[in-house]
Amino acid sequence: MAKIDKSFVKVRNLKKYFQTGTQIPFLKKPPAVKAVENVSFDVFKGETLGVVGESGCGKSTVARLLIQLIKPDAGEIIIDGLAVEKRGGISTRDLRHRMQMVFQDSYATLNPRMPIEESIAFGPISNGKKPSEAMLESKHFMDQVGLDPNIYLHRYPHELSGGQRQRVNIARALAMGPEVIILDEAVSALDKSVEAQVLNLLTDLKSDLKLTYIFISHDLNVVKYISDKVMVMYLGEVVEYGTVEDVYNSPKHPYTEALLASQPSMDPSRKLKTVPITGDPPNPINPPSGCKFHTRCPKVTDLCRTVNPKLQSTDNVDHLTACHLASNVTEVDVLNAQKGLNS
Amino acid sequence: MFSYFIKRLLYALPIAIGVTVFVFSLVYMGGDPLDAVLPDDATAADVQEIKEIYGFDKPLPVQYIRWLGRAITGDFGTSIGTGLPVADELGRALVNTLILAICSALTGFPFAVFLGTLAGYNHGQRADKIVSGFAITGVSVPHYWLAIVMVIVFSVELNILPSLGMGPGGSEDWTLDWAHAKHLILPVIGGSIISMGIIARSMRAAVAEILNQEFVRALRSKGLSESRIAYHVMKNALPSILGVVGLEIGSLMGGSILIETIFSWPGAGFLLNEAIFRRDLPVLQGTILVLAMFFVILNLIVDISQTFVDKRIIRT
Amino acid sequence: MSANINKPRTYWQSVRSRLRRDPVTLTCAGIIIGIVLLSIFAPLIAPANPYDANMMKRLAPIGSPGYPLGADELGRDMLSRLIYGGRISLIMGLVPVFIALIIGASCGLVAGYVGGRTNMLIMRTMDIFYAFPSIMLAIAISGAIGAGIENGLLSLTLVFIPPITRVSETITVQIKSLDFIDAARASGASNSRIILSHIIVNALGPIFIYCTSLVSVSIIIASGLSFLGLGVSPPEADWGLMLSTLRQSIYVNPWVCALPGVMIFTTSLCFNLMSDGLRSAMDMKM
Repeated sequence: MAKIDKSFVKVRNLKKYFQTGTQIPFLKKPPAVKAVENVSFDVFKGETLGVVGESGCGKSTVARLLIQLIKPDAGEIIIDGLAVEKRGGISTRDLRHRMQMVFQDSYATLNPRMPIEESIAFGPISNGKKPSEAMLESKHFMDQVGLDPNIYLHRYPHELSGGQRQRVNIARALAMGPEVIILDEAVSALDKSVEAQVLNLLTDLKSDLKLTYIFISHDLNVVKYISDKVMVMYLGEVVEYGTVEDVYNSPKHPYTEALLASQPSMDPSRKLKTVPITGDPPNPINPPSGCKFHTRCPKVTDLCRTVNPKLQSTDNVDHLTACHLASNVTEVDVLNAQKGLNS
Repeated sequence: MFSYFIKRLLYALPIAIGVTVFVFSLVYMGGDPLDAVLPDDATAADVQEIKEIYGFDKPLPVQYIRWLGRAITGDFGTSIGTGLPVADELGRALVNTLILAICSALTGFPFAVFLGTLAGYNHGQRADKIVSGFAITGVSVPHYWLAIVMVIVFSVELNILPSLGMGPGGSEDWTLDWAHAKHLILPVIGGSIISMGIIARSMRAAVAEILNQEFVRALRSKGLSESRIAYHVMKNALPSILGVVGLEIGSLMGGSILIETIFSWPGAGFLLNEAIFRRDLPVLQGTILVLAMFFVILNLIVDISQTFVDKRIIRT
Repeated sequence: MSANINKPRTYWQSVRSRLRRDPVTLTCAGIIIGIVLLSIFAPLIAPANPYDANMMKRLAPIGSPGYPLGADELGRDMLSRLIYGGRISLIMGLVPVFIALIIGASCGLVAGYVGGRTNMLIMRTMDIFYAFPSIMLAIAISGAIGAGIENGLLSLTLVFIPPITRVSETITVQIKSLDFIDAARASGASNSRIILSHIIVNALGPIFIYCTSLVSVSIIIASGLSFLGLGVSPPEADWGLMLSTLRQSIYVNPWVCALPGVMIFTTSLCFNLMSDGLRSAMDMKM
């Protein structure tokens, strides 16, 4: 990757398998779900990276790995040059002052027995701030997300609307003073009108506070609206990465093409250029050989069935894709590369 | 499926071992187990001799292994009270307890399931309120007291049912005839009342919850007859009911001590009560071990049959 | 915090207002408070000394002059003995459940929150005791360690630790899987802080309700132990023991003999109904 030095969040070869069931002596090991495999990407400071893909493609796992809610099996996460949980790097505790997360379910992410003032102050108090001070500050954060502290300070989550609750969740993230916020389907559960308001709030906060976003969503329109870069995931792997313009206007991976084609449009003159993909993604316990998309790909070749393509630059250096057809690499190169790896 | 059976067995094994350790240690919980059998003026030499006879001079783990080895082969030692082998007394008593438990399970439990279903179907209506009232009375009543009240009413006041023993004239050879059945009625009711309350309550909750689910509405809208729907409801309620019934059969056996004492029913509970009175520790130990093992096996059977009924229930 | 225009009702306020509209639960709570007060102030309330025997009045029927509820097999005033009897019965009902709640809830919270091997170790140990029906476990322990109040309390406590642990573990695992725990972890809170401010607050209600239903079981088993001679020893007034000694006299004066059981039954029924009422009052989707 060319501009490695400018990246603020750098992720390299992230891997996470989930074990199903427990291992019983003498019986065969239960299979693992390959949730995230070999995921690498960069986010630049002040940018928004959109992450898209079908449900189950590992988007949320990546989010949880980033903020260390779950520990990766392998791979590196580097924030501002500091490797997470590595010698000379940054501890999980300090990471959470720099990176925060907003979850999808605005209700489930708030303790039902805690007034929202306490919910917002909880993070700072947990990190050693004086409770009285933190409570005072939570008013400021409520102001910042557009909730009137006089009305909502002592309310309980069930007394708020979905949009209001998600504002509380954003305020809670802000209370930790982060530079990066991961938004995991943060607006997906909201009504369209409320969604727009929250998106505007996010855009304003980003420019006011110089935030960097990692915005995870299955809604391509929303991602297009808010993101600078887009990353497309399929079965735990990155299949395409590039600027919004590049990816949306000239998708390089057949999966991205299919995703964009399957998007509903209000424009009757727009016809489907590509046939939308059918069926469900394969079982991540037992993913297909070679390119994981080959079972559903309209352009599949023999090479795709055996060799998993690597994520690499296309004719545009900043536009990456993991597809044999899009790369300039020939089959022979790939096979040679494989031999080189194996020896 | 096969690997699941193996898994359950492997899971039950440490519990069974734990149970044996617990039962073994019962003897030592109340201090020196020899205090009960030794006369006050026993000399140190006598004590030592008796210790050797009973094997109490060996270290505890050795005693445990020896005891376990004997118990597995059915040798629970000799009763301090009667001098007979514990296994003989226990075998006869267990059969009598099983008669009581099986009769309760075959009469009271289906009735409780029926009542619970009725209440669940009429959730919030009068039938539900009546059944729920009965059920909560059932779970709250001290069954030994209910047994005494029944004796007062049916034996003392009305004099229509016998209050003592298994059969006429204290006969212990049980046969299925009216004279023996009369002796069963009060113990069965007294012994199963709490379990019936618990089963009726669980059944009511299960049925009401299932009826409230979307799939029942879907079946109704498909135009299925109520009896077909009832089949689906029962099929879904079955695993949880199996669980409760299994647990309660265990409670019938475990709770038998009070009922058997009141009705002088010569079962395992009666034996246990006598053993407690005489501090006859071998009998106490043997009876509790056998009853607990019975319960461990019962749990295993319930788990496996639940999985048979509903393949989704696989405990990990 | 003042300057709050329309302070909304907290969870507990709405629970309270629901309970206020539930006559059955209120009545039961009233009866239980009544029995508790009678027991505490027994020396002031009881008309006679519960240990004063009068051979002339043995098994006097209900309504005899000076003996409103009759007399027992030694001619002691039943009413006074029933009032005094609540003391031990209530202690035997409440104390074991309370101690078991503290121990069991702690074990369950730790097992559920930490998971893994710790969970395995705690829960498998509890499973061993779960292999015994509760009455049998109590009788086994009491039978082995001998009669007496302390021993009875000990065996009952041991009986209730496993079920409370299991319920607490289940609830903790459920709460732990909720997103707000992840959110709290993401804000950098330590495990102990998460358990204190997020898990306990949400788990304690359901665990507490479960325990109120155990009080009734505890009273029944405790009286059962006394009935078998494994609880308090004579001449102490205890409902279970009274039931046991009076049992010999059912042919003489059956209804006096049934009275202690009425008290056990009433108390246990009230605790059960109250537990049901609390459960439905606290079962609110917020």
